[in-house]
Amino acid sequence: MAANEVPKIGLDKYKYDFKNPENYYFRVQKGLSREVVQTISEMKNEPDWMRQIRLRALEIYNKKPIPKWGGNLDDIDFDDIYYYIKPAEKMGKSWDDIPRDIRETFDKLGIPEAEQKYLSGVGAQYESEAVYHSLRENLKKQGVIFLDMDSGLKQYPDLVREYFGTVVPTGDNKFSAMNTAVWSGGSFVYIPEGVHVDIPLQAYFRINARNMGQFERSLIIAEPGSYLHYIEGCTAPIYSEDSLHSGVIEIIVKKGARIRYTTIQNWAPNVYNLVTQRAVVYEDAVMEWVDGNIGSKLTMKYPAVFLKGRGARGEILSMSYAGKGQHQDAGAKAVHLAPDTSSNIISKSISSNGGRASYRGLVKVSKNADRVKSNTRCDALILDDISRSDTYPYMEVDNATARISHEATVSKIGDEQLFYLQSRGLTENEAMALIVRGFVESIVKELPMEYAVELNRLIELQMDGSIG
Amino acid sequence: MCNPQKLLEIIDLHVSIEDKKILKGINLTIHRGEIHALMGPNGSGKSTLANALMGHPAYRVTKGKVIFKGQNILKMSPDERARLGLFLAFQYPTAIPGVTVSNFLRTAVNSVRNEEINVLDFHKRLNEKMKMLAMDKSFTKRYLNDGFSGGEKKQSEVLQLVMLEPEMVILDETDSGLDIDALKIVSSDINKVMNENMGMLIITHYVRILQYIKPQFVHILFNGEIVESGDYSLAEHLEEKGYNFIMNEEQN
Ligand SMILES: Nc1ncnc2c1ncn2[C@@H]1O[C@H](COP(=O)(O)OP(=O)(O)O)[C@@H](O)[C@H]1O
Ligand SMILES: [Mg+2]
Repeated sequence: MAANEVPKIGLDKYKYDFKNPENYYFRVQKGLSREVVQTISEMKNEPDWMRQIRLRALEIYNKKPIPKWGGNLDDIDFDDIYYYIKPAEKMGKSWDDIPRDIRETFDKLGIPEAEQKYLSGVGAQYESEAVYHSLRENLKKQGVIFLDMDSGLKQYPDLVREYFGTVVPTGDNKFSAMNTAVWSGGSFVYIPEGVHVDIPLQAYFRINARNMGQFERSLIIAEPGSYLHYIEGCTAPIYSEDSLHSGVIEIIVKKGARIRYTTIQNWAPNVYNLVTQRAVVYEDAVMEWVDGNIGSKLTMKYPAVFLKGRGARGEILSMSYAGKGQHQDAGAKAVHLAPDTSSNIISKSISSNGGRASYRGLVKVSKNADRVKSNTRCDALILDDISRSDTYPYMEVDNATARISHEATVSKIGDEQLFYLQSRGLTENEAMALIVRGFVESIVKELPMEYAVELNRLIELQMDGSIG
Repeated sequence: MCNPQKLLEIIDLHVSIEDKKILKGINLTIHRGEIHALMGPNGSGKSTLANALMGHPAYRVTKGKVIFKGQNILKMSPDERARLGLFLAFQYPTAIPGVTVSNFLRTAVNSVRNEEINVLDFHKRLNEKMKMLAMDKSFTKRYLNDGFSGGEKKQSEVLQLVMLEPEMVILDETDSGLDIDALKIVSSDINKVMNENMGMLIITHYVRILQYIKPQFVHILFNGEIVESGDYSLAEHLEEKGYNFIMNEEQN
């Protein structure tokens, strides 16, 4: 290797690339139309008000232009997507109850095992519908609700109607409108006042079909003083055709409650991942987004906190890895609408092998929000000369008492660091992997153990390529 | 040709950085069990020699050979040299943020041994060695060289040295920046590690450390060349007269 050349990472490896035959129970025709929306609503046997919301959303969707900022959306053919695929006739009560190939998929992904070992409840979605859902008895007894969104709508229509679309309005952006028109699956979570769900709930989203569009819709309501850690994981097999994942997640964190929402998205490199996730946070409540973007072709995702009550706090930890052919346009949004609110944003991105990682963030302070504190820190690590990193921080501060800080660093793996580690016997790949692991350590240590281990293994795998 | 006692043989070594010639024909042989000191004023090329021996890519060897354990190592990568038993305690160790001393050491120990050490065995060994070095346990949880004081960096290098058990040790100004108490501790640690199978090259600007780790051979490096070699008395001589003496001698 030449003296000052940083080694190139070999072809990124993806280990979730296994596929089943497409044995769906029902599928709409490709493309997004009024007819498709009607069909979805009929299939689900929904109340009329929901059908009206969907149809209005479709109109809004059709009117909104495709965003010109963020990533390149020119290549995606929205008419070549299936907007709804129902994989099985009904949801399973146990893992044995669901079609064998689907069950085997989740086995391979380690979900039933995780359910036994370290989760309070599991939701498993395959294509457009949940195929399995569980919640520990003791939590049910305490009044905790954890259902797929469709069942949530059936069993708790009033709760859903009260909150649906209040956090992320239909017309917030083109993709929130799209999601609202064709949403299917996702989680409905309700934590009663003062209840602490100490062991995490997890939802797992799996795409199997080619040209699939998955539009989960989640709603989490945390009553005062409650606590929840919710984890979301996503994977798909690799196809040459594009797939689309466009979720909307709405969270309400009431007085003194605290929610941590952890995402580890490891979509296949042909998936467009365009997600809107937002929490409204009331008095002295805390919302924590931990966002790990590893996979996908293009991700556009900016977890948001709307700090509405005095003393509300938002934490957004974002980690992204952009490898060959990937663009991670990730970031955070903190909107301070009340006095004494605070936000803390930490972003760590790695780009290698021609990948591009962007941080896009907004910190907004309204006029009446006195004594706001907000810190942003973005660190980017670029592993070679063909990869790219950008930072787009936006600030709109309408109150002079706000204390806002923003720090950004961009670094390349240094020859000195590599040499130092190599002089201790580590190969160049091992040295790179260790440096990268160190770089993301502050975020990885916030992840549940199993995910931290997985992520570290993933980094090693990515580094384990051929070095020219 | 390969004398079993010979550990490291440097033959007519020329090294450049960018296009600047720094080392101009170094010859030095170190046998097992020997401690050599390499002394010289700042900028004379001491660290250049250390880095070139370890295989730093910026230090270009333009001529000469380095035979370590009978093999010419100049074509080897730094990690191959380390696995063969070469160790450099750096003058300026690099920080690796986010990587704990313990995690790093375990990775390094596994790498040089070429096999996975049992985690419990590793921690047992690490604890023993830290006790020997009178280091606080909490040290292992800190990020490698990140925010370390000068003294802590040196201690960290010595800890790595005792954990990795190399055969040939190069200490690049391990004494600099240490107060006298710290110097005594570090020196006594190094003495504990040294044995008749190992070779050691102590690079230093000052005579101080040599009072605690006694070398059998002393070499003076000046302007990229070894201008004088002798036994310990050469160091004492230097202590009395200073580098100016040698430099004047050279220039006249
Ligand atoms: N990385 C480097 N880049 C450019 N010049 C260097 C570098 N390292 C050392 N030098 C130069 O090489 C010469 C020898 O330096 P060095 O080997 O560090 O000396 P010493 O360790 O004896 O103080 C000095 O002139 C120094 O400026
Ligand atoms: Mg030096």
